[in-house]
Amino acid sequence: MNNVRDKKRANKSLPFFFRSEFKVFFIIILVSTILLISTLSFDTVPPILNRGIQPATFPKGLLVLIIALTSIIYYLSFKKPWKKEKNLPKPFFLTILSFIIFIIISKTLDFFLAISVLSVFVSYHWGEKRIFYLLLVSIIFPLIVFIFFEMILGLRFPPGIITNIYYY
Amino acid sequence: MDNLILMMAPLVSSKLLLVLLFGTLFGLVLGVLPGLGPTTGGALILPFTMTLDPLSAIILLTSIYCAGTYGGAITAVLINTPGTPAAAATCLDGYPLAQKGEAGRALGMATVSSTVGGVFSVIVLVFFAPILANLAYEFGQPEYFALAIFGLTMLASIGDGSPIKNLIAGAFGILISTVGKDFMTSIDRFTYGINELSVGIGFIPVVVGLFAISEMLTQSTLLEQVFKRVALKAVKLPTKEDYKKTWKTILRSSGIGSFIGVLPAEGGTVASLIGYSEAKRFSKNPEEFGKGSVEGIAGAEAANNAATGGAMVPTLALGIPGSATTAVILTGLIIHGVRPGPDLFKEQPEFLYGIFGAMLAANVLFFIFGFFGAKIFARITLVPNKILWPMIFAVSVCGTYSLSQSIIDVWIMLFFGVLGFFMRRYGFSVVPVIIGLILGELVEGTLRQSIVIFDGNWLMFLTRPIALTFFILSLIALAFPLIRSKKNKRTL
Repeated sequence: MNNVRDKKRANKSLPFFFRSEFKVFFIIILVSTILLISTLSFDTVPPILNRGIQPATFPKGLLVLIIALTSIIYYLSFKKPWKKEKNLPKPFFLTILSFIIFIIISKTLDFFLAISVLSVFVSYHWGEKRIFYLLLVSIIFPLIVFIFFEMILGLRFPPGIITNIYYY
Repeated sequence: MDNLILMMAPLVSSKLLLVLLFGTLFGLVLGVLPGLGPTTGGALILPFTMTLDPLSAIILLTSIYCAGTYGGAITAVLINTPGTPAAAATCLDGYPLAQKGEAGRALGMATVSSTVGGVFSVIVLVFFAPILANLAYEFGQPEYFALAIFGLTMLASIGDGSPIKNLIAGAFGILISTVGKDFMTSIDRFTYGINELSVGIGFIPVVVGLFAISEMLTQSTLLEQVFKRVALKAVKLPTKEDYKKTWKTILRSSGIGSFIGVLPAEGGTVASLIGYSEAKRFSKNPEEFGKGSVEGIAGAEAANNAATGGAMVPTLALGIPGSATTAVILTGLIIHGVRPGPDLFKEQPEFLYGIFGAMLAANVLFFIFGFFGAKIFARITLVPNKILWPMIFAVSVCGTYSLSQSIIDVWIMLFFGVLGFFMRRYGFSVVPVIIGLILGELVEGTLRQSIVIFDGNWLMFLTRPIALTFFILSLIALAFPLIRSKKNKRTL
């Protein structure tokens, strides 16, 4: 019981803009408002083609609903604060970084290479130091997956420096 | 009689039998691995089903669903971590019993009650799905709109976590379905000049992102977690005493699970919690719960497996998924050109009864595999996350890319992975997003057509008895959490 009270107190003692409730509320409201504004630029159709409502009306309604419900949960959080989450550890940020590296490599160099780099990066930073297992996750397994998709599904992966060697 | 013969089809065709065996084994592996499960596994395997005929594809998905739901119990009993969310209640008594040196007895009880629950729910499915499908002939556009709203409000109110957060997640899911060309007027919405977005956001990138990639991020925060494993010698069938003690609980939980499964919600998870608490309420020895009660294991396991057949009832009869996994199965049906609903029962009974038969067989198969192979499946949990998750990432990326061969889909998957992680961190369930996404087109389409039918008069919804009933039920569903919390406060 005391622990719960301490947690609540810990969360309440922070300035409001540092509290999870405010951050979540702010991000949802901000994104919803931007989307709501962008619905204003949707084309409208003449009444003869208009099937019940204009194409923008339904998403607008949903966004207003999301904003209203988010305001309610923020209001309720004053009465019942959310529990304080633990800080995110270093491997989490490294995994996010690996996603960014994946996007950059898959866009500029090669899709297959991007999978291999991400796999070895994640595996290494999650604690795997043995060379065989690093090779397994970064080369052997992606190669099996690649050939399997290529042969069974007849999938053609996007061209790149390594994929081209396989195709030509 | 004819229907019984149709149900035997998966057992007499060597190809279907092979698919069934593979699906059951694969489902067990997915269920055993914490963080994976039938929903993620089903989404990952969906692209592979394109190489199969529709019946084989759906048999594969449904057998993964049945076996995956049971597989979670193995991990729950042996390492005190539910392999799937539906097995969370199994940990409460399964692990303490295993700690007492009776892991085999705990798994035996879980296996038997899961099988009974699963078989019971398939019987419910066989009888009730055609009845519900016949009722659906009375449904017009307004009724379907009201039904979809009812589905979403039910999901919000009896799902996991805060009902308002669930409603936000559901509305967000519907919002995602509006991205792309408006299906009625071909006007671009939220495409921002990106051509790939004009066809909309695909279901697979969102599901794989919200389940597999967000779980990968969750696992990255749990690397220091140490599992305390309990040794398993062999699975033991329950004794006569155990059966005497639990048969009523198993039957009650099977009924509860099937009923909860029919309601659009997080089927197995909610069913197992209710099954467990009802088992405790009716037990002669409630003080044993939490300390290794076989009734507790039976109550939770019979209910979560019974929810599988129940969740298939609205999926097949109405095209409204009863859970996240059935949303994946529904997508499988749609991409194979099968439109669920009353016409399916009239036009393709061999297809439907083939699925029913396969689900029945999958429940028997996982009993055999679980009984003789639990020890082997338990070893799968020894694969370290630092090797497992990069492999899952490779399959997720290739699987997502393969459906429409678009790199944008892979980026969408990563985006939803990060979003899903933060949603879960702050108490938003990701399941309503999936259900909202799949119901989005139905909700908007039926609303717009209803407005045309009613000539713009919204009050006309209230003149349709079935639609009005669903709206009233939706209001009750929304009020339910308030009543529950007030009742809990009073009890405290």
